[in-house]
Amino acid sequence: MKGKAALESTQMVEVEVMRKFSVENVIKETPDTYTLMLKPLDKKEYSFVPGQFNMLYAFGVGEVPISMSGDPDEKYLIAHTVRAVGAVTNALVNTKKPGFIGLRGPFGNGWPLEKAKGKDVIIVAGGIGLAPLRPAIYYILKHRKEYGKFFFLYGARTPNDLLYKKELKEWKSRFDMDAFITVDAGDEKWTGNVGVVTTLFKRIKLDPDNTYAFVCGPEIMMKFTVLELRNQGLTDDKIYISMERNMKCGMGLCGHCQFGPYFVCKDGPIFSMDQINRFFGRREV
Amino acid sequence: MAGKVPRIAVYKFASCDGCQLSIVDLEDELLEIGQRFEIAYFMEVTRAARKGPYDVGLVEGSISTPHDVELIKSIRKDCKKLVTIGACATAGGIQALRNWANVEEFSKYVYAKPEYVQTLEKASPVSEYVQVDFELRGCPVNKYQLLELLSALLAGRKPNIPTYSVCMECKMKGNVCVMVAKGIPCLGPVVQAGCGAICPTYSRGCYGCFGPMESPNVKSLATSFIDLGMNKKDVILTFRGFTGWSKEFREVDGLIEG
Amino acid sequence: MSQQKSCFALDAERFGDLIGVLKDLGYVVYGPVERDGAIVCDLIDSVEQIPKGLSDVQMPGSYRLVKRDDGRYFGYVVGPQSPKYVLRPSQHLLFKVRKDGKTMLPQPDVKKIAFVGLRSCDLKAIEILDKILLQGPYVDNTYAALRKGALFIAVNCTEPGNNCFCTSMNTGPFAQSGYDICITELLNDGNHVFILDVITDKGAEVVNRLGCRNATDEELSAVSRLMEEAKNKIKKKLNVENIKDDLYKNLEHPHWNEISNRCLACGNCTLVCPTCFCTSVFDKTSLSLDMAERWEVWDSCFSIDYSYIHGGSIRQSIMSRYRQWLMHKLATWVDQFGTFGCVGCGRCITWCPVGIDIVEEANKVRG
Repeated sequence: MKGKAALESTQMVEVEVMRKFSVENVIKETPDTYTLMLKPLDKKEYSFVPGQFNMLYAFGVGEVPISMSGDPDEKYLIAHTVRAVGAVTNALVNTKKPGFIGLRGPFGNGWPLEKAKGKDVIIVAGGIGLAPLRPAIYYILKHRKEYGKFFFLYGARTPNDLLYKKELKEWKSRFDMDAFITVDAGDEKWTGNVGVVTTLFKRIKLDPDNTYAFVCGPEIMMKFTVLELRNQGLTDDKIYISMERNMKCGMGLCGHCQFGPYFVCKDGPIFSMDQINRFFGRREV
Repeated sequence: MAGKVPRIAVYKFASCDGCQLSIVDLEDELLEIGQRFEIAYFMEVTRAARKGPYDVGLVEGSISTPHDVELIKSIRKDCKKLVTIGACATAGGIQALRNWANVEEFSKYVYAKPEYVQTLEKASPVSEYVQVDFELRGCPVNKYQLLELLSALLAGRKPNIPTYSVCMECKMKGNVCVMVAKGIPCLGPVVQAGCGAICPTYSRGCYGCFGPMESPNVKSLATSFIDLGMNKKDVILTFRGFTGWSKEFREVDGLIEG
Repeated sequence: MSQQKSCFALDAERFGDLIGVLKDLGYVVYGPVERDGAIVCDLIDSVEQIPKGLSDVQMPGSYRLVKRDDGRYFGYVVGPQSPKYVLRPSQHLLFKVRKDGKTMLPQPDVKKIAFVGLRSCDLKAIEILDKILLQGPYVDNTYAALRKGALFIAVNCTEPGNNCFCTSMNTGPFAQSGYDICITELLNDGNHVFILDVITDKGAEVVNRLGCRNATDEELSAVSRLMEEAKNKIKKKLNVENIKDDLYKNLEHPHWNEISNRCLACGNCTLVCPTCFCTSVFDKTSLSLDMAERWEVWDSCFSIDYSYIHGGSIRQSIMSRYRQWLMHKLATWVDQFGTFGCVGCGRCITWCPVGIDIVEEANKVRG
């Protein structure tokens, strides 16, 4: 097969295939997790919807999907929270000027913040799953009057693994939201709740017909959270979760992120439970 | 690893030197490799040997003597990253075929004074003795995969070394499947890609130089060889080639009926 | 034939002129060529390369060429390569990145492609790829560039193969749409003629240059008769009614495990499949680290890396990978794109080294 004959290259032409950002600031959240504040080198604004993700590129190393974790109103400094566990993520967190981070995006849908207006909202996050939810929290707090009650449940493995510690403290002290935080295992300094995030459900009472739930965390944590939400009477059309699959192209063209009939990159990453209950929690789907 | 010049060491155990030669065979890139890496220890190329520690150790050959065992342990200590290269280092190599027989018997026939030969009962892959960070398969290794490994080391990225089957690259090349179109038994479906599907390209079945792929279904393929008319003995011998001692291929005789 | 007015006839001795006209019109011509014991899709220069007088015998996991003495040009069905090999190349450079972040795209000199001898199932496969790669929210530029200006000369299947089940998928054996010219090869009593059904201007351009007489009523009724006969020759059947829901209901059916005892997870089925479109990308760097490249390469849902997320691949077992593939072809594809991902060409059955048969397996899983 001489497939090349029809696709003979090749001159190269300069075309921007990704936007370039500099790393303005790196905030260490946990021993292996960092929030990168990215500034567009083209000085043009960058907009996203809470819950969407970008493909971040470290020069010569590769590209990974990372959710935006900052304030959606901030158009010139874009936060991404990255767990440095692989080659690309390590390269990202170690990018220093004049190095750049390439960015394609935003991809995917967002949390149904419009739909939830006038209703109560409960946000449940596990571990680094808080990252794609933080923009939604910012949004709700900024438009607080447009929502009813606001619950926030967050669990991590240990106190060390909690993200955004300063903000957690602030959120807990607010009167316009009910924030509960727990860890699977405490340390000598920890005085808060101990137990998985679902143990926090006994502390709250949801109005099932009037509440939207946004959930993000490890699949097993989401599975049990969904059960708790259903226990409290929420129907699947009001429960939204953010799925993770192998997002590569971000455009539904490479096939890698399929989850049942969905491409997580373009149909998700956020799905209502009634969309996916046929597949969610099934092994190896 | 960007920023400083990584120190590299190349070692040889029981092997034919072919994989080390693949490094030298990177003619167009060799000068640049010499600039980007400090080649601190590479006996095949130079007697000038600089002491460790090294950033990367490339190890060719299988472990077959008590002396090898001691040496590989000290090499492991000397090298931050240890990469085994080739079928001998990753699967035991062709010499591991003796693992199915009595080594003393062999020694008696081969050597005039077998009492001077000190050998282990089995020739084994390096990973049976020390932890290995990355394996580059092949008999010999593919020099472009070697180059990819070295480039990836410099860039600090994961090397692009697919672990799927030979069939994948065979089909991408546009080859016609020798098994389906000619009934030639081919190990391609259970062997890792990387060679560029050389043998099927020349209408022969895959010999398995690159060893088992990521999830080899040895039993199914071996059974299909029987269906193609092979006898059990020949099926076993087909798997017992350059990577016959790999964990997945080693036990083929127990997987087939007859 | 729906548009009888545009049906022409070309005597077999003049068939070579067709290739000549295509080349004169500036097309790069791909057609069936015999190589290494099979009929593959490759570049052709002249009609001599088209495997005259050959047939293929296809069974699960087996393909053999046999000689025939009637001198038929298209006496075989689909080979291991679909038009995907040309329109969605197995590997190509996406872009280069310089250390300073400047990105450069290759500007391929894309030639107009003419396919000769495509079967109805493959035309449907191209329609399906169009839907995915051209008609969604994002467009695949390489596919778009190669696809644009392509000319499709189809051949109706008068002798379907053992593994063909296009009648079940409603994709053949005669071409319904998606072609510029569709050929039916008539051969009886030493009378060897091609009936050309032309439905596009591009096709008309070719036929006008070629100079053909109009097909006779007799010839046209022979074509219709052959079509009915061809349909009846297809013995392999898949009942697609409710198949999507049946498969969704049987995600945990024990037969999936049975299949995985035989499945090699080698990926052959996905690469021969004319609609399997999955790709991966990899990054390459020069030793000097001044320049990086991104390449796109075919991938398969049978590879472990395909479903990799941090912490390990989602689909570890071969069972789950086969299930993903079959479910995609016959169920989830319908939800994604409104069609099946299977055109009934039978390639995955023929080219599976152990002869796993998608039709049989789907039926058992539903059972």
